[in-house]
Amino acid sequence: MSTYHRLVPNTWWLQRRPYILFMIRELTSVFVAGYCIFLLVLVYKLTQGADAYGNFMAALKSPSSVSLHLITLVFVLYHTITWFNLTPKILVLYRGEERIPQGLIAGTFYAGWVVVSIIVALLVLGV
Amino acid sequence: MAKSNEPIWWSLFSAGGMVAAMIFPILIIITGILIPFGLAGDDPLNFERIHTAVAQNNYVKLIFFIVINLPLFHWAHRFRFTLVDVGLKSMSSLISILCYGGAIAGTIVSAIVFWNI
Repeated sequence: MSTYHRLVPNTWWLQRRPYILFMIRELTSVFVAGYCIFLLVLVYKLTQGADAYGNFMAALKSPSSVSLHLITLVFVLYHTITWFNLTPKILVLYRGEERIPQGLIAGTFYAGWVVVSIIVALLVLGV
Repeated sequence: MAKSNEPIWWSLFSAGGMVAAMIFPILIIITGILIPFGLAGDDPLNFERIHTAVAQNNYVKLIFFIVINLPLFHWAHRFRFTLVDVGLKSMSSLISILCYGGAIAGTIVSAIVFWNI
């Protein structure tokens, strides 16, 4: 006996708004990986000497680099928001009998995000 | 229950997702907006400064290495299921190998790169 599988078309995720948003959330990972590769190339250029690194940094000013960065930023921000909004579902905390409100847990991550961003900016930019 | 290596991949996915969520936005703003438009002072990411910071401090190297590689495993795990969800279930073993293999390959390449600084 085999179990019954209902046939689902491969375009199922286009049929409802929450499904489309789910798919966009999943696709943010491609932009995350893209930025990983960008950072790796940056470090590689660092090993190739001042000229190679300097040319790479100068190329950041090109319109194509800026637009790619902006598109990546939109998707990565979507990742950040959906990620933090899921934290209360995974981190179920109780104080005594009472469950700690979901908003408080997500809010803690958002607050941490702001602090971490400021620290990273200060360290990287050396100001 | 069958033994599974799922918890390992899920942990890496989760850790990488947190790293990407926390620090990728600010890094993208720095390399995509602040630096190209000169909004962050006089060339703060100049070769001397960054090379010295990375080459002479193993902690900085380790942090860069983690920041670059954990999110790769986040991608591998998430993208694997995305491809299965859009109908490639019949190729799921191959997809797993390509996704996790890609992340492992990236980690090896970056280990070599960091070793040579």
